[in-house]
Amino acid sequence: MSSFDVLIVGIGGQGTILASNVIGEACLVEGIPVRGVETHGMAQRGGSVESHVRIGGVHGPLIPPGRADLMIALDLLEGVRYLHYLKAGGSIVANDQTVVPTPVYTQKLPMPARDELLGSLGERDLFLIDAAALAAEAGNPIVQNVVMLGAASRYLPLKESSMREAVARSVPAKTLDLNLKAFDLGRNAVRSE
Amino acid sequence: MAKRYLLGNEAIAHACIEAGVDFASGYPGTPSSEVIDTLRAQREREFYIEWSVNEKVAYENALAASWCGLRSIVTMKHVGLNVAADPLLTSAYTGVEGGFVVLSADDPYAHSSQNEQDTRRYAHFAKIPCMNPSSVQEAHDMLCDAFALSEEVGLPVIFRPTTRICHSKGDIDLGEVSSEHRTGAFVKDPRQYVVIPAHTRVLHKILNEKQPMVRKAVMDLGYNTAEVRGDMAVVASGIAASYVQEVIPDNVSFMKIGCFPIDGDWMQAFVQQHRVVLVVEEGAPIVEERLRQLACGVEVFGQMNGAVPKEGEFSPATVAASMVRAGILPASPFESPAPVAGLPPRPPILCAGCAHRAMFYAIKRVFPDGIFPSDIGCYTLGLQLGTVDTTICMGASVTVGSGIAHSGETHPVVATIGDSTFLHTGIQGLLNAVYNGAEMTLVILDNRITAMTGHQPNPCTGETAMGEPSVPISLEGICRACGASFVETVDPYDLTGTLQTLKAAKARSGTKVIIAKQACVITARRSGVRRGRYAVDPEACTACGACLRFGCPAIGRDADDKAAINDLCSGCGVCAEICPSGAIVKEGRK
Repeated sequence: MSSFDVLIVGIGGQGTILASNVIGEACLVEGIPVRGVETHGMAQRGGSVESHVRIGGVHGPLIPPGRADLMIALDLLEGVRYLHYLKAGGSIVANDQTVVPTPVYTQKLPMPARDELLGSLGERDLFLIDAAALAAEAGNPIVQNVVMLGAASRYLPLKESSMREAVARSVPAKTLDLNLKAFDLGRNAVRSE
Repeated sequence: MAKRYLLGNEAIAHACIEAGVDFASGYPGTPSSEVIDTLRAQREREFYIEWSVNEKVAYENALAASWCGLRSIVTMKHVGLNVAADPLLTSAYTGVEGGFVVLSADDPYAHSSQNEQDTRRYAHFAKIPCMNPSSVQEAHDMLCDAFALSEEVGLPVIFRPTTRICHSKGDIDLGEVSSEHRTGAFVKDPRQYVVIPAHTRVLHKILNEKQPMVRKAVMDLGYNTAEVRGDMAVVASGIAASYVQEVIPDNVSFMKIGCFPIDGDWMQAFVQQHRVVLVVEEGAPIVEERLRQLACGVEVFGQMNGAVPKEGEFSPATVAASMVRAGILPASPFESPAPVAGLPPRPPILCAGCAHRAMFYAIKRVFPDGIFPSDIGCYTLGLQLGTVDTTICMGASVTVGSGIAHSGETHPVVATIGDSTFLHTGIQGLLNAVYNGAEMTLVILDNRITAMTGHQPNPCTGETAMGEPSVPISLEGICRACGASFVETVDPYDLTGTLQTLKAAKARSGTKVIIAKQACVITARRSGVRRGRYAVDPEACTACGACLRFGCPAIGRDADDKAAINDLCSGCGVCAEICPSGAIVKEGRK
């Protein structure tokens, strides 16, 4: 009865916490135990952030390195940074974009190119998605995180109906249609591959 | 009863309203802040809630409410308890009436803190109970019981969650919200509440005589459990117990310590049934020290002989490695895959348009050879801009600054402190600096809110924790009342004016104060402020990099290596003043 472990990584402000909330709520809908942990406080300010969600988890909230079944990366560079959490045979759903960290400019550090980042992700089961374009199609660039969740939902041991119900429980009522559209666009992007 | 997916701090807040809390105060500090933020946002139970100006003030307010018979809670982070330590130690002597819970959240690994101190030491020091939850559900259940425990033993009860409890989530069973309400009434009893020597000597004796009763009350709660399953055992406390449960073999005994003080007879009876005992706890070796006093002829592994790390936070992998060292596991079930090397770091950073960055830039321009003591807040991130030379604890920018100024050091001292931190413990430092003639400049970075911990109001904000309007205090008035004669207010977005004022301060002697006043860029946006973005004219840009060195996340380079402003821009316009070529202009105004 081991848990299905999901690591969501990105940059503070991109909505990793909402994404992890939706997965947690979907577990409640299905009556599955769940544990999670996330970054709050100072580290949120544009820094690298991670949310752990353990579907079926009953003990601690932290996913040990080498154990995640799925990584959802809202930024390619952050996906590479946390790659060591993924188990052999795990899957990655990654947003095909990266924000250049400010220290690259202020400290003149080398920034890996997209091809290098994709090279590091290597032979994993990788699904790349243009979340910005799909979020724009849904109506607002802010829902990229929900687009990513929609895509990731194909990999989760949770029903689509539970995920949609969880989205409804987790977002403001007036943004529900926008968010469900974003979810569907992300989910359908995986099927159309 | 309902099951919900909740953050640890939200579950703790719900437990407060289930237990019928009547009074809550605190000072924000990661990872504790969401407890009061959740209480002030909920509408299920009405009672008094305040964000106090510091932890000592918060503690004494809640203590007094307890003396009046109310169920009270005070919340803070671990280092905040140092500020409240004075009333804490003596309130164990006076005792309490209504249940009084002192929530002090520890931060192993110092995710957002200046040290990794262990709050459980304070409980031992003060001779009062301490609850140390191992999961979010247990945090909820323990806190429901904490108020009644406090009333039963007549003492404050320390509640010590850690970051991975406060900021972890789980499917949590909640109880009903209490409908019982109390009204405070103070019953005069000088022998209880006036701790003159004649009274306090008696109170100390009473506190000591209570201890066996306290140990029994703590054990009766049932949070300390033990199961004998073999001749080797693991004893764990706090979230480490959850990690142990993930990896412990079926034939190894397990003891969990959720509450302190530990009943020595009970622990000794367990320990003596084993050949080997491993103690796993984050923070200080509190359980281990007690266990080593009791273990006779038993091989004990823990922090004190290097089997368990003495610092940082644990994980299932850490715990498994400790079990291997103690011979409890033959090998760790976890690999330790190496992270990809050579990636550029992405540390937390001041927001695009943050006025602190503009002020730091101006300070560096006027005081290129300055010494920059700073303080605890978002602006500690000014470290990356080279304008934070010291940080030790709340309020210490001013006092470290005056100390350096009096030391004979000849470089100019420019200290920085936020509005909330100045009100917390900065005022006394300024009063002292002015009175003793420290040659320094103090810059109060006044963004009108306690930003770093999640935008809690403070007396500069103009509203209380409950959103009631209140008169915002005058920082200028306070600084003048402290005796400062040079007190000037600047808008950091006005770079020219700010530089002029800094130069004027540099030319004057004594303790000068500059108040850099500009609302936090996040709260400004939330309240509807829209300034319009800036953009780079690529024809005018010489790619000199001056704007990039400013370090704003809204500024990057385009494919031709010229500066480019992205959609994080909040329109503060400071980079336009910095650009030597006039290449940065308001969007649509070329």
